[in-house]
Amino acid sequence: MKTITEKIGCKMAFRHRLIQLLLLLAAPICMAQNTALAASAVSGEIRPFKVSFSKADLDDLRHRIKSTKLPEKETVNDFSQGVPLKTIKELTEYWANDYDLDKLEAKLNAYPQFITNIDGLDIHFIHVRSKEPKAMPLILAHGWPGSTIELMKIIDPLTNPKAYGGKAEDAFDVVIPSMPGYGFSGKPTSTGWGPERIASAYTELMKRLGYKKFLAQGGDWGALIVDMMGVQAPPELVAIHTNMAGAVPPEIDKAAFTGAPMPSGLSADERYAYERLAFFYKSGLAYALEMANRPQSLAALSDSPVGLATFLLDHDALSLEMIARSFAGQKEGLSPDDVLDNVSMYWLTNTAVSSSRLYWENKLAFFAPKNVKIPVAVSVFPDEIYAAPKSWAEKAYPNLIYYNKVGKGGHFAAWEQPKLFVEELRAAFGKLRKPVKG
Amino acid sequence: MRTAQTTIVPTVDDPQAIRPFEVQFLQNDLDDLRQRVTATRFPEKETVDDNSQGIPLKTVKAIAKYWANDYDFGKLQRKLNAYPQFVTEIGGLDIHFIHVRAKERNALPIIITHGWPGSVLHQMKIICALANPTSYGGKAEDAFDVIIPSIPGFGFSGKPNATGWNPTRIASAWIELMKRLGYDRFVAQGGDWGALITEQIGVLAPPELIGLHTNMPAAVPAYIDRAAAFGEALPSEIPSEERQAYEDLAFVYKRVYYAHYMASRPQTLAALADSPVGMAAFMADFDARGLELIQRAFDGVEEGISRDDLLDNFSLFWLTNTAVSAGRIYWENKLPYFSPKGIEVPVAVSVFPDELYRCPKSWAEVAYPNLIHYNKLEKGGHFPAWEQPEIFVDELRNALRKLRTTKRSHENYSITI
Repeated sequence: MKTITEKIGCKMAFRHRLIQLLLLLAAPICMAQNTALAASAVSGEIRPFKVSFSKADLDDLRHRIKSTKLPEKETVNDFSQGVPLKTIKELTEYWANDYDLDKLEAKLNAYPQFITNIDGLDIHFIHVRSKEPKAMPLILAHGWPGSTIELMKIIDPLTNPKAYGGKAEDAFDVVIPSMPGYGFSGKPTSTGWGPERIASAYTELMKRLGYKKFLAQGGDWGALIVDMMGVQAPPELVAIHTNMAGAVPPEIDKAAFTGAPMPSGLSADERYAYERLAFFYKSGLAYALEMANRPQSLAALSDSPVGLATFLLDHDALSLEMIARSFAGQKEGLSPDDVLDNVSMYWLTNTAVSSSRLYWENKLAFFAPKNVKIPVAVSVFPDEIYAAPKSWAEKAYPNLIYYNKVGKGGHFAAWEQPKLFVEELRAAFGKLRKPVKG
Repeated sequence: MRTAQTTIVPTVDDPQAIRPFEVQFLQNDLDDLRQRVTATRFPEKETVDDNSQGIPLKTVKAIAKYWANDYDFGKLQRKLNAYPQFVTEIGGLDIHFIHVRAKERNALPIIITHGWPGSVLHQMKIICALANPTSYGGKAEDAFDVIIPSIPGFGFSGKPNATGWNPTRIASAWIELMKRLGYDRFVAQGGDWGALITEQIGVLAPPELIGLHTNMPAAVPAYIDRAAAFGEALPSEIPSEERQAYEDLAFVYKRVYYAHYMASRPQTLAALADSPVGMAAFMADFDARGLELIQRAFDGVEEGISRDDLLDNFSLFWLTNTAVSAGRIYWENKLPYFSPKGIEVPVAVSVFPDELYRCPKSWAEVAYPNLIHYNKLEKGGHFPAWEQPEIFVDELRNALRKLRTTKRSHENYSITI
């Protein structure tokens, strides 16, 4: 215990760690039955959590996959009508015959998980402390259709860099919460849980864990949340890293959205970004609009696992194509198991509709600058919905401490290219090391 | 006799022949449907106390409960087979239709087109009154020969396996159908997709077409349509009726994202093919007043459409597995829903108060230079033939009366009913 005390150097964190250990050893483990979790009795209490799926739920899922009723084939030979029937069939067959559903629970329980009630809602999170004394605390925020699963590949390299091609001083303490309505966090029963409130809750979580200085990282909704943390700028937050920069100038965003001609005077990078945005708004945004307006009318996603998978696969054009190649047998960023781990978790927690409601809650423009004044690091992956040009990032984030275009990866960068992603985080936050902990 | 549900195998001899058709659902499919409805897994309740997040859980549960426990699965087949149905191949696709000839010699042939989420069931309440007016409060000279086709990808029509079946092509097929039935003069009627298809018949303007009737006119001036779609303010003062229509439209555009979704990613809605209650929830949410009407029906206040009406229609979609194929019409369509299409043939317009937007007469007059009838009704919504069949029949009789001057064409084809 002595080494732990020395390492943490913070009374609150030590108390928390001690409680964690004691609870892990002695206390009954919280069960995740359909995420119906009892509110914690003690305000601010952090309870250990382990996933436990019921056999009945797993059997029901298997049965539903096998009795899936499919639509007919699309009338095109490309992805322009959505997920091709061939991909749906390959996924269904793999899920039914090759995927090991019984392993999911163990995969999720591979890292220490906790639940704490914040602002009236149970927030589930993974928390892994590094053994390195100079580890920097980092909260990683997932998006839709993601979960803590999309960030699990980077936990070990971030917390234990020496074993993964890094140096001791690259170490992070990692906190990965599930968003409200997602995974094992509670489902809001009233309105108000938009990105701003989630951002406040994440700051509170880091403070509750005893961190006096921390970093935040996100993509997709996670990017909006960390941007909002940056706007709220609590004194504990040192900097943020985003892999989906909110940096599109308003006039360009509007032109792309309304299908107006491309504004003149753009650089090559800016023109490409505009074209990608216009393409997304024209043919890829409808799911977001439907969820933003009529999330409850997507009840079918709660009743059809393969229908849910199909819906979640079709996040954006390049991700869908990558996943389709993966199910067709090519080795790609996401394996069929990666995809089905995530979909199975959405199914088993019945969070298809509750996760959609975040779109309904949100009032922020996805890609517009949010006026973040604290230090920001931006990594641009080539297959992201749009690749933010440096010129836009500099304007959107006046305190831009890092900008890099990465060679490979898409919207789910940490999940698809964990090695590159970890290198990005090490490089992006490297120069902030000194003042954080010590 | 053809007995099939979704897949209609072309006959070997003459696919263009008009083949009698009867619906026969398989007991296995009915059992599977009931079993799935019973085993439905629901989402949690919405976080609001109104319809602003979509169809409320309470309504979804009420639909599932009635479907599983009270709905009579055997009746649908009998209802559908109560009218003579046929199938004929047009443009490489089997087209299913109801065809009822009036006994009156001078009956006016009318082709009536349903929309989404609809089917021939939406028009079945008006068949008898149109074909046999003397038994339904009308006069002999009000009689119509009634043809009600299923849109490609809907009901018992074939599902296209290649692209191109947009409203214009469907309109051409409808013209061919009427000619194949031996009609050399006819009128066309429609709402929702049926309105777009009917208007395309008007644009194609074959010599056989003597006029059309719409209950969802595409008459919105371009600048109003754009302002409503993008939430822009109106440029100048306009009459209150037009402002009201603009506000209706602005509200509709903020709500019909299901249409955007089906227009861009119809195949991604595979869940609708696997979850009957999920499909019903998606389809029940077609417009704000329509959803409220459905909710009142399941609360025990049946006005116009009953719970059985709704579940007949949902069951038909389910048993023919057409949720996704029907959704593709949105993908195929490139026409604006509500903008004038340049129609010169005579047009009759009926405006129902709970329609997506209430078309002012001033717009209808500009959109349809040959406007022969314009009337605002007191009651009814987006599916008036289904909701208010009596009012709707009266409208058709009055609206199309002045087009009856032409004698009925020579019949070169006859079918035994």
